Amino acid sequence: MKLPRFDYARPKTLREAIGLLGATDGAKLLAGGQSLIPVMAYRLAAPPLLVDICDLEELTRITLSRSGVSLGARVRWCDIEADKRLQEAQPLLVAMISHVAHYQIRNRGTVGGSLAHADPAAEMPGFAVTCDVELVVMGSAGQRIVAAREFFLGPLETVLRPDEIIVEARIPAWQPGRRWGFEEFARRRGDFALAGIAVFFDEDAAGRMSNAHVGAIGAASYPRRLVAVEDLLNGQNATAEVIEAAGQAAGEAVDPMDDLHGSVEYRRALVSTLTERALRHAAGLQ
Amino acid sequence: MVVTFNLNGNPVEVEVEGRTTLVDCLRHQLGQTGTHVGCEHGVCGACTVLVDGEAVRACLTLAVQAEGVQVVTVEGLSREEDLTPLQKAFRKHHALQCGFCTPGMLTTAHALLSNEPTADADRIREVLSGNICRCTGYIPIVEAVLEARSAYPGGPPAGDAK
Amino acid sequence: MTVAFPAIGRPIERVEDLRLLRGRGRYVDDLSCNSQLYAVVLRSSVAHGRIRKIDGAAARAMPGVHAVFTADDIGEPVPTIPVRLFPCPEHEPFRQPVIAATKIRYVGEPLAMVVADSPAIGEDALELIDVDMDSLPAVASHQASRENGSLLFEAHGSNCALHYSISKGEPDKAFAAAEYTRREKFYVHRHTGITMEPRGVLAEWDAATGHMTVWGATKVPFANRRILAKLMDLPEDAVDMIEGDTGGSFGVRGEFFPEDFLVPFAARRLGRPVKWTEDRREHFLAISHARDVACDIEIACRRDGQVLALRGEVWTDVGAYLRTAGAISPRNVGQFITGPYQIENVSIDVAVQLSNKSPSGTYRGPGRYEADFFRERLFDLAAKDLGIDQVEFRRRNLVPEDRMPYALPTVAPVPNPTALDSGAYALVLDRCLAEARWEDKIKLQGQLIDGRYHGVAVVCFIEGGAAGPKEEARIVLETDGSLTVYVGSSAVGQGVETVLGQIAADAMDVPFESIRVRHGSTTYVKEGWGSYHSRSTVMGGSAILAAAEELKARLKDAAAKRFNCAAAEVTIGEAIVRAPDGRTLSLQALAGHDLSAEGIFANHRHTYSYGTHVAHVAVDSRSGHVELIDYVAVEDAGRIVNPLTLHGQAIGAIVQGLGGTFLEDLVYDESGQLLTATFADYMVPLATDFPNIKAISLQLRPSPFNPLGAKGAGEGGVIPVGGVVANAVSAALASLKVEVKELPLSPPKIWRLIQDAKHSRSAD
Repeated sequence: MKLPRFDYARPKTLREAIGLLGATDGAKLLAGGQSLIPVMAYRLAAPPLLVDICDLEELTRITLSRSGVSLGARVRWCDIEADKRLQEAQPLLVAMISHVAHYQIRNRGTVGGSLAHADPAAEMPGFAVTCDVELVVMGSAGQRIVAAREFFLGPLETVLRPDEIIVEARIPAWQPGRRWGFEEFARRRGDFALAGIAVFFDEDAAGRMSNAHVGAIGAASYPRRLVAVEDLLNGQNATAEVIEAAGQAAGEAVDPMDDLHGSVEYRRALVSTLTERALRHAAGLQ
Repeated sequence: MVVTFNLNGNPVEVEVEGRTTLVDCLRHQLGQTGTHVGCEHGVCGACTVLVDGEAVRACLTLAVQAEGVQVVTVEGLSREEDLTPLQKAFRKHHALQCGFCTPGMLTTAHALLSNEPTADADRIREVLSGNICRCTGYIPIVEAVLEARSAYPGGPPAGDAK
Repeated sequence: MTVAFPAIGRPIERVEDLRLLRGRGRYVDDLSCNSQLYAVVLRSSVAHGRIRKIDGAAARAMPGVHAVFTADDIGEPVPTIPVRLFPCPEHEPFRQPVIAATKIRYVGEPLAMVVADSPAIGEDALELIDVDMDSLPAVASHQASRENGSLLFEAHGSNCALHYSISKGEPDKAFAAAEYTRREKFYVHRHTGITMEPRGVLAEWDAATGHMTVWGATKVPFANRRILAKLMDLPEDAVDMIEGDTGGSFGVRGEFFPEDFLVPFAARRLGRPVKWTEDRREHFLAISHARDVACDIEIACRRDGQVLALRGEVWTDVGAYLRTAGAISPRNVGQFITGPYQIENVSIDVAVQLSNKSPSGTYRGPGRYEADFFRERLFDLAAKDLGIDQVEFRRRNLVPEDRMPYALPTVAPVPNPTALDSGAYALVLDRCLAEARWEDKIKLQGQLIDGRYHGVAVVCFIEGGAAGPKEEARIVLETDGSLTVYVGSSAVGQGVETVLGQIAADAMDVPFESIRVRHGSTTYVKEGWGSYHSRSTVMGGSAILAAAEELKARLKDAAAKRFNCAAAEVTIGEAIVRAPDGRTLSLQALAGHDLSAEGIFANHRHTYSYGTHVAHVAVDSRSGHVELIDYVAVEDAGRIVNPLTLHGQAIGAIVQGLGGTFLEDLVYDESGQLLTATFADYMVPLATDFPNIKAISLQLRPSPFNPLGAKGAGEGGVIPVGGVVANAVSAALASLKVEVKELPLSPPKIWRLIQDAKHSRSAD
C-alpha cells in the first residue's frame, strides 16, 4: 500500500500555505497525517500536492481567557491531555478527547485535522457541535468564522473551500456548576464510536435544567445537536422518568447509518441507552 | 529530496521521494529492519518509533517530516553486550512469540515508562491498545512492562507488580 | 550463564528472543538480493466473471516496469496448486490456478503480476492494467452456494465440491430408540488467522547452476519445494526453500499460494531476483480464510443424560477453490464432533461448498472450533431440557480413562483413523471447576447485577496433535564440542529453537547452552514435514531423540577406538565419554571426524491433549456488550518441555478464540466484496479486551505413542472458546429466553437476539 506520487511543500507562513493550497487543484493540507495518509495508502485519494504546516508555530497554542478556550488547529490530543488546566476549564472536552484513537496517534493527530476530516463518528467534531464551538478559518478571501453546527455537511465533507485552513477552534467558557456527561460505545478501546452522546445542562435554584445541549456522534452523517431532546429537558428536573423519556426521544431524533457494524435499529437503541446513561451521570443518579 | 535527521544517536542524510514513509526509509535505505511494517494504515503499531521522544507510527510519517528530529528505533534501544531491563523483562515473561509486533511494543513501552514510570496495569493496557499482537494474548506483555518500571527513574521498587 | 540439567520441564528463556528483542529478526522483507526487482500483484476487484482480456501493455511501458505477467505468459494450461493434505480425485477440478486464466472466482484472485524497480512503481503500474471481463452473478453466501443458481465450476454442475461422510455405530437405530432428542441449526462465521507479518517471497534463480532459492518459506517448506519443483519442471534438489523468522502462521500461512509460484517464475524469466511483500489489504483477501460452517444436527440421549448419538448435516464454505489444506476443516468438523465424549453412534454428512470468497485453509483448531461450538451448545440445551446440571451432563459422558485408546468416528472418502490416546478427562474437569471457583460462580447464574446479566459455563475439549507421517533431524558435533541440531520442523513463533534445544540437550546429556537448533530450510535435512497440527514438539523432538541415540552410539565407537576398548564398555554422560578404566574424553576432543547422525521418527498415531474451560460473562442487555469477567482453562499436555512457552501458547490461543467469538468477522456483501479488509473493520483483540484469563497446564497422562510422552498443545486454547462463551451468554440471558445459535457474539447480534426473543414472547 505504497503512497501515490505527490509534490511536497513546507511553507513558513500561513499566507504561504494558503497560497500553495489555492495554486494547485486538489492540494491537501498535511498536519498530523493520521487520517490523510491511510486514505492515500488505500489510494482512495491522490492529492497532487501536500502542504505540510509543521512550521506554523502560531497554530499550536492553547489559550484560556474569560471568554473561553482557544485551541490552535495544530493542537494535538496529547497536548489537550497534558494541559491540566483544561480539566476544570473544559471537562467535557477532556472527557471526549480521552476516547480518541491510541497513544501513537494522539502524539500526532490534531484538532484542525479532525475537524477538517469530518468523520461522523469522531469526537472532536461532535464536541464542537455540542458546545457551540466557533471555527476560525482563513483562506485567500480572508478570515471567516464558522459555527461548528454549520461547518459539517456530511461524511468527510465540510464547508471548507479548497484554499482554506482552520486556524483556531474557539470554545465558549464553561459555566461553574454545570452538569455534564459523555457516553460513547465503541467495540474496542480507541475505535470509532458506534454512537456517542455528549450532554450538558445548567440548573436553576429549583433544580430545573436549562440550556440543555445534547450532541450525538456516529448517529447521522454528521454530528448534530438533538434539539427535540433538549426541548424535553429544559425546564424539567432531572428525574429518572424525564431522563428515560429523553432517551426515548433521542433514539427517535437521530438518523443513523446502516452498515456492517450496526443496523439503523440497533444504533437508535444505542443512542437511547447512551443518552439515558449520559444524563444519569450528569444528574448524579445511579 | 534530501532529509537529514538523527537516527539512534547518529546523524544521517538520505535522498527520498515525498511519498517515502519513514518506516520504509528506515528499513530499506538506512538498513534498520528492526521496525516492522504490519499494515501501512496506522492501526497495528508494528512500525512504532520514537520521534523526539514521542511514540509515533512510522508508516503514517513521511520521511521528509523527519527533517531535524531525533528518531529512535528498537535498535537504538538495544545494547550489544546485554539486553536492557525492558528487554529482559519481556524475555522473562515470554512477552514475545513470533517477535513481529515486539519492536513496536518495546518502543511504545519505553516511551510510556520514560514519561509515566508508575503507570499501572490499566494504563499500560490502554497505551498498548495501539499495538496489535496475534501471538501472546497481551497478558505477558503487560506483566513484562509492569516489571520493567523499576528500571526507569521514578518507577516503583522492583517486586512491586501493581 | 550455564543452565543446570535437565533442560526438559524447565521454563528456560528463549534463545530466539536475543535477536528478536533487538530488532535483529530476519523476516523475509528484511532480506535483499543484489539487483533484485519487486513484484506487485494485480488482484481482481470483482468476485465472479469470465475473463476476456488482460492488457498490460500500458503498464509495461511505464518507466521502471520490467514485466507484466499474465496467464498468457505462464503458458497453457496454467498450472494448478495440488491439494497437499489427504487429497482424493474428487478434489481435482477445484484446484486453484496460479493465476486467473479464463475465470475470476474471488475478489483478490491474482490476475497479473507487475515486476518493477520498486513496490511503489509497481503499484502505480497496476492502475494502468486493463481488465476486460464479463461479470457473473456472485455466490457470496451459504444459501447462494447451495441454490446453485450461479456456478463457480460449470462443468461440475453444482457448487458442492464433494461430501465427507463421518460414521460410527448405528445412529439411526439409536435415534429410533432414544428417550430424548433435540435438533438444532447452528452457524460459525468466517474468520481466520491474520498474522502480524504479511506473507512474502524472495526468489533467486541461478541460471549457471540451474538452481532456484526461495526465502520466506515456513510451515511446510519441503512440501512446498516439491510442489514448486513440479510446477516449474525442475528436479527437487534444484530448489531450496529457506526459512528465516516468521511473523506468525496459526496454520494459515506457509501453505503453497499462487505467489509461491509466480515470484520464482518471474525470477527465472527475468534472470534477476524478485521480491514480493504482501501488504495488509492483500493479506485479508489472499491469506487462507477459515471457519464459515453451518449445521443442522440432532442429539439423542437417555433421560439420565447419557448421549447415545449425534447425527446431521454440515455445510462448510471453503471459498472459490480447494487449497492445499482446504479439505481438512470440513473433515474435522464431522470427525471431531464427539470431542472428549463417549458417543458410540455418529452420522455426519459434510458438504464442501464453494463460493466466490477467498479460498480457505486450516486455521488453528480447524473444524474443531466449529464442532465444539455445535456440540457444546447442543449439550447445554439438552441438559436444560432434561433438568440435568451442565457439569454432571458432561461428566457422565466423558470417555473414561480405561476405555482408551478410544476410536473416533471414521471418515470417507479419505480415511483418517484416529483414537483418543490417554487422559484423565474427569480429573481435569474437576481441577478446572476448582480453579474457577465454580461453586461460587454458579450462584450468579442468570442474575441481573448492576444492570448486567451474569452467566457461567463449562465445556470439555480435546486437541489433536502430532500428525504424521514423519520428521527428520540431524545432529552434528562441531569442533568446539557444541552440537548443531538440524530439524525439519518449522518455526512460526512457537519457540522451536528453544524447546527442541531442550530436548536435544537432555538427549545428549549436555548443557542447554551448547546446543543450537537450525530449523525448516530444505538445506538442513534430507526430508522434513514441518509445523502444523501441533506436531513440532512431538515429531521434531522425537526425531531428535532418534538422532541423539545414533550420535551417542557413534561417539562411543569413536571413543572406543581411542581408548582401545570395546564400544559396549564405554559410557557417555554429561558431555564426557568414559573408558572402563576411568580415562575420559570430552566431546570437543572427539570432534573433527565428521561426527554426526540422522534420526527419523515415524508416527501415525495422533496425540490428544485435553482439558476444560470455564467462562464467566456479564451481558449489558441494552448495548449487547459482553464483558468477560473470568476465563479459566486447564489442559493436560502429557509432558511439558517448556512451561513458559506452553503457557504462552495457551493464553495466545484463548485470546485468538475470544477474538473469533466476539470481534473478528470476514463479512462479504451480496456481490462478493469483502467489507472487512482493514484492521479497523476486521477487529482483532487488543490489550484492553481480555485481560482476565488464567491458564493452567498439567502433565498428568503422557501420550503412550511417542518417546517423549508429549502431546501437541498449540491449538487447544482456541478450540472450546466459541462453545463455552456462547453457553455462558445464553445462561446469562436465560430469563430473556435467548439462546445463542450463531457466532460471532457482537453487540448488535446479541441485542437482536434479545429483541427477537422479546417480540416472540409478546406474540405468544
